[in-house]
Amino acid sequence: MTKSSPPSLDYRLTVNGRPHEVQDSWIGESLLYVLRERLGLPGSKGACEQGECGSCTVVVDGRAVCSCLVLAASAVDSEITTIEGLGADQALSDVQQAFIDAGGVQCGFCTPGFVVAVHHLLSNHHDPSDNEIREALSGNICRCTGYGRILEAVREVVVRRRSS
Amino acid sequence: MSVLVPRSLSEALDLLRSDPSATLLAGGTDLMVEINLHDRRPRSVVSLSRIDELKTFHVGDDVVTIGAAVPYADMEHGPLAEALPALAQAARTVGSPQIRAAGTLGGNLGTCSPAGDGLPVLAALDAVVHVVGPDGDRHIPFNDFMVGVKRNSLAGGEIIRSVSIPRSDCWQGYAKVGSRNAMVIATASLCLSRSSSSVTVALGAVGPTIIRAIDAESWLADACDLSLKVPSDVASEFADRVAASARPIDDHRSTAAYRRHAVRVLARRLLERSES
Ligand SMILES: Cc1cc2nc3c(=O)[nH]c(=O)nc-3n(C[C@H](O)[C@H](O)[C@H](O)COP(=O)(O)OP(=O)(O)OC[C@H]3O[C@@H](n4cnc5c(N)ncnc54)[C@H](O)[C@@H]3O)c2cc1C
Ligand code: FES
Ligand code: FES
Repeated sequence: MTKSSPPSLDYRLTVNGRPHEVQDSWIGESLLYVLRERLGLPGSKGACEQGECGSCTVVVDGRAVCSCLVLAASAVDSEITTIEGLGADQALSDVQQAFIDAGGVQCGFCTPGFVVAVHHLLSNHHDPSDNEIREALSGNICRCTGYGRILEAVREVVVRRRSS
Repeated sequence: MSVLVPRSLSEALDLLRSDPSATLLAGGTDLMVEINLHDRRPRSVVSLSRIDELKTFHVGDDVVTIGAAVPYADMEHGPLAEALPALAQAARTVGSPQIRAAGTLGGNLGTCSPAGDGLPVLAALDAVVHVVGPDGDRHIPFNDFMVGVKRNSLAGGEIIRSVSIPRSDCWQGYAKVGSRNAMVIATASLCLSRSSSSVTVALGAVGPTIIRAIDAESWLADACDLSLKVPSDVASEFADRVAASARPIDDHRSTAAYRRHAVRVLARRLLERSES
């Protein structure tokens, strides 16, 4: 049997409002993999690749999902927002700033996923209760902070947004 | 090799007809785990995520119909949750918000794990699974749809279109035991529905399929007047009988004995909740 090169796919994704061409990709590649390895967008992190840790959270068509569980080639018609698409022109978003101020970042590995999840929460809920915050972040795992400072950061964003 | 994203059910059926080995993809929360862990290498994929018909639900006077690709997030609150509180309770226990934003009932039925949280609800509420395929439509009662551990009665080329659940003014509830609160696969789960003359009970994660505790159901209806409070000794015996219908195994998540115990506790607890 002659060896043939594995068949590959070409398609286009819209990430943070911009079109990106994906070439020669394997059919089963996750959106997380394509973002990081093909599109030069390594902000989304991968740890478990089975939906358990939330470090790969992105927003697809208005829903916060695990990018490791999105088949990249099936997202051709979707609007995808990653951590790189939050905040204006290299500036930190208010959520990122609040994480720093509150000490909600230690090793930082979980942070992009949390920040995307918090932006998503606050775009739907302007004044979430503590339980709503905990629930909204229950799919994101942090090994370092113990969560207290992350919750504090979210509450701080709510306060700052209200007073601005 | 292709990943196709059809816009209509008939288009999806045509694609499956021309490539019967294509893998169906809904929310990806089961399928992508298998792909990422190298358990599965699909040759081609048909995504159901852009078919509007599969993403809508309808709360009618007699029946609630839920498209196969409606995510759990849409069942947690709003009209579906009002019509089907047990389904809402089950949906809220699935994974995490990210998983509930993507995962669907069609995928739960496609995978047919005994621990699938949607499935005991479908079993207890006498849901019907509506399937479309090359040989026409089929309407399969859930209790005939699931035939074993991760086995269902779908034939090649068939797509689950929707499930329908008869509406009633029964009390209904769902409860689940697992090792933690968020992000946990059930060790045991139970859905109970109660009218003034009957109960139905379905058990998850304690047998190769979802189990309807039919002996316990009919025993309780004979043993007391269900329009009144169930006497404590009757409730205890009911819980014992429900537990006796479980067929649990020892595995990495739990022991059989603990699972049977959990079923007894859940049966009693939901019967009590149905009276408050
Ligand atoms: C971190 C994590 C936590 C989880 N927690 C839970 C939990 O608590 N409770 C629970 O029940 N499940 C849980 N799951 C499993 C999964 O989320 C559910 O089984 C979900 O319902 C699958 O739906 P999906 O749309 O993502 O399916 P997919 O992964 O897209 O598909 C699953 C299977 O169904 C088939 N399929 C999908 N749609 C159709 C259709 N319309 N017709 C025919 N076949 C179809 C696919 O071909 C595939 O074989 C979890 C998964 C993860 C990753
Ligand atoms: S890498 Fe996606 S959830 Fe962990
Ligand atoms: S800061 Fe290290 S995992 Fe969260």
